[in-house]
Amino acid sequence: MCLAVPARVESLGKGYAYVDFGGVRKKISLGVLNGVKKGDHVLVHAGFAIGKVGRAEAEDTLKVLQDLKDAVREDL
Amino acid sequence: MKKIRLMEVCGTHTMAIARSGLKRLLPDEIELISGPGCPVCVTPQEAIDRGMKLAGISGVIMTTFGDMIRVPGSGGSLDDIKKDGADIRVVYSCLDALDIAERNPSRKVVFMGVGFETTSPTAAATVLEAKRRKVDNFFILSNFKVIFPALEAIARSKKARVDGFICPGHVSVITGSVPYERFAEKHKKPCVITGFGDDDILDGIRRLVVLVRSGSSSVEIGYDRAVKKRGNIRARHILESVFRTVDSEWRGLGKIKKSGLKLKNEYASFDGEKEFKVKVPRSLLPEGCACGEIIQGILSPRECRLFGKGCTPRKPVGPCMVSSEGTCAAYYKYGRRK
Repeated sequence: MCLAVPARVESLGKGYAYVDFGGVRKKISLGVLNGVKKGDHVLVHAGFAIGKVGRAEAEDTLKVLQDLKDAVREDL
Repeated sequence: MKKIRLMEVCGTHTMAIARSGLKRLLPDEIELISGPGCPVCVTPQEAIDRGMKLAGISGVIMTTFGDMIRVPGSGGSLDDIKKDGADIRVVYSCLDALDIAERNPSRKVVFMGVGFETTSPTAAATVLEAKRRKVDNFFILSNFKVIFPALEAIARSKKARVDGFICPGHVSVITGSVPYERFAEKHKKPCVITGFGDDDILDGIRRLVVLVRSGSSSVEIGYDRAVKKRGNIRARHILESVFRTVDSEWRGLGKIKKSGLKLKNEYASFDGEKEFKVKVPRSLLPEGCACGEIIQGILSPRECRLFGKGCTPRKPVGPCMVSSEGTCAAYYKYGRRK
């Protein structure tokens, strides 16, 4: 249940952002994370950005997490 | 050589390990055991019963994460009473529950929250948002838990005999590595904060074996692309401003001091327990269910007499079979031999 998925920040609003999960666009909250900028990669859990990850690392993670797709679908 | 027993604390790790078939590839000397990090699994029966009772109150909309609605309470699951007409909705985020409350001002909307430090800050931020938006029909039924007191309980227990801990990557995004340092030092057990890919997990195991063999009780961050030593300070600040720690009951582990989160008095108007004040009798575990021992790493699912017979993911008896990341569900789905 503590699954978090990396996504790229596309645009910023007041307290929220639109992010891209490899093709899927979603609005998420920035309520618990400071200093998010457009183009950052963030880990998203239950609709919130909870931490930042580096670009290259995020791409690695996205690739690895591809394997966990089933678990993501089942989780929440 | 003496066996090395490593506990994967996190349910998401349990699932990833089972899925990859990694256990079968490990040398015989390494034994992986599953820990208490499946939030649905450690939620006690009474908490489920309380949620069921609340969901049955006229005018209530009950919201929760998908994994919760099939967990059997003493008298069926949320899913069962939903079929009988209770308004129960699965949400992806606590904020979705707040939006439902805003759209349904004549109803009382309850979010039944479970989870560890990854999830609880999102609920805390939602309470602050509810206050800001002046939504007065939104309530949290908090079953949130703090992972470290449970790790302490396991480290102290003679039964689980854990040599080292594969520590949860996403909890640690919030907590950072500092709390593990205190824990590792106190119990003389090494900890490696580990990511969720197969290679991450293998690397975590390798690091732990080296630490265990050298008698070290240090903490390493294997998942350093996401976890920083100090964690997410803002998330912890928000969490601490909304919730306070209380003694809390864990399935299998019993009552653990300061291991649960309840809303602080200044946010009492959002507290579902205070708003509804339902009484639930102390309930017993389903007969024959070994979920309590499995959570502690004392028994493996195959040692439970119900596993795969009376208890399957389609017709689960205990929460370890319900949750997609429960140890029993993982064993059942991926047929672990070891």
